[in-house]
Amino acid sequence: MNATATATASKNALELRNLSFFYGKFQGLRNVSLDIAEHKVTAFIGPSGCGKSTLLRTLNRMYSLYPGQRAEGSISFYGQDILDPKQDINLLRARIGMVFQKPTPFPMSIYDNIAFGVKLYETLSKSEMDDRVEWALSKAALWTEVKDKLHQSGLSLSGGQQQRLCIARSVAVKPSVLLLDEPTSALDPLSTAKIEELIDELKHDYTIAIVTHNMQQAARCSDFTAYMYLGEMIEFGATEQIFFKPERKETEDYITGRFG
Amino acid sequence: MEFNQQLYKKRQRSNAIGLTLSLGAMALGLFVLLWILSVLLSNGFAALDWNMFTQSTPAPGSDGGGLANAIVGSLLMVGFTVLVSTPIGVLAGVYLAEYGDQSKTAELTRFVTDIMLSAPSIVLGLFVYAIAVATVGNFSGWAGSLALSLIAVPVVVRTTENMLRLVPGSLREAAFALGAPRWKVSTMVTLRAARSGVMTGLLLAVARISGETAPLLFTALNNQFFSTNMNAPMANLPVVIFQFALSPYENWVRLAWGGALLITLSVLILNVVARVFLREKNRV
Repeated sequence: MNATATATASKNALELRNLSFFYGKFQGLRNVSLDIAEHKVTAFIGPSGCGKSTLLRTLNRMYSLYPGQRAEGSISFYGQDILDPKQDINLLRARIGMVFQKPTPFPMSIYDNIAFGVKLYETLSKSEMDDRVEWALSKAALWTEVKDKLHQSGLSLSGGQQQRLCIARSVAVKPSVLLLDEPTSALDPLSTAKIEELIDELKHDYTIAIVTHNMQQAARCSDFTAYMYLGEMIEFGATEQIFFKPERKETEDYITGRFG
Repeated sequence: MEFNQQLYKKRQRSNAIGLTLSLGAMALGLFVLLWILSVLLSNGFAALDWNMFTQSTPAPGSDGGGLANAIVGSLLMVGFTVLVSTPIGVLAGVYLAEYGDQSKTAELTRFVTDIMLSAPSIVLGLFVYAIAVATVGNFSGWAGSLALSLIAVPVVVRTTENMLRLVPGSLREAAFALGAPRWKVSTMVTLRAARSGVMTGLLLAVARISGETAPLLFTALNNQFFSTNMNAPMANLPVVIFQFALSPYENWVRLAWGGALLITLSVLILNVVARVFLREKNRV
């Protein structure tokens, strides 16, 4: 599995080489190598526990919050090694944003939910901040729904709106990469459709990596797809190729539902 | 399936016995509680009048009098206790839940806090007597406040920690994912999410200390006169109740009942307010 997949002609935002990950003694990732192309959507599919989310969580060093979890290998983010112990993790996370499976609005107003992340690294005037909040909420297709209640609690929104609020919050800090960890698994089909449209919209400005259990979703909105199983990357390539003529039997079995 | 009639009967019988026992235990507890409350309410309301709030405690043998000095003294000491123990308790709770977690320091802090929680309050009173009364040479309101703080801080620490632990880890991760440093995540996100729970802890701590007598006996002692000087001995409701209830004077005993009612009602109100806070938290 060491053969590095190079299904891309454009520039790479992230280059993973021989990435292994350990939860204490348990190995969650085995020698994963792949490139995440700039301004493209890269999807990670595979059965539960195969390491998709783990992989995503290494990309913004989320695992560093928990003692006992460690990564080996290298992840280059435009030439800079993310796994370097000297890496400024907070700064890294401001540049590589993440949206989680469940909506996690902060217990504050809609406006402050967006402003919170922006204030961490930028000093904006009130009007600049107003503009940024509107911009981010528009990007997440939420502005028209909330523009008259910006000072209500973020918790007062519906689940789908909360998730778009979380996306807006990540977009607002203007990261270069967005990591989406099953962003629609807790949402109804309508909200899911909205978020998928959003992903399509966002890839013009951001590099997106998405973990999903929904294979149609991966087929619909990604440019590249990686199929993972038991911590290994089985196959990686352009999405059409993975879905229409996979090279490996395991990938085909999973995609056609003949898995196991 | 074969139905075992005998086994079923037996289970019904043990169910009836268990139910009777637990209902009996509940009735006994409730009966005692209602008994205490009814005696307190009838004696307390009979003693309640306006003079209780305007006049100070009477001298031995004189008529009338009130509890104004004790009420003000209690409010002052409890007030300063809240001012001191809120920041200490909340910050220590934040340390335990957000920073220390499994570290040795955190384990030790938790252990000591648990001991302090269950320490007899008279021991804390004696300790403060030794360090803040015996050395200075006189009883004082400050010493009383200090003794009360020693009781309040552990309560605040543990409730704050527990409430912060109830905040889902995903919320913390979401804040970290934006690049927020730990102190910002703790103060702006997790503490905010847990604020009604933390407030409830504070109110319960106040309820707990406003009835404490033992730690004040050796520290604030009592003062017959109206005084707001925290450097001097200070009147307070629990000690006044203790002394007056045991006295031979009829008006003193009456005032003791009035004071007891006053404390009970304020603790009751605090508990109700705390519950309202907690309910608001659960609604969100």
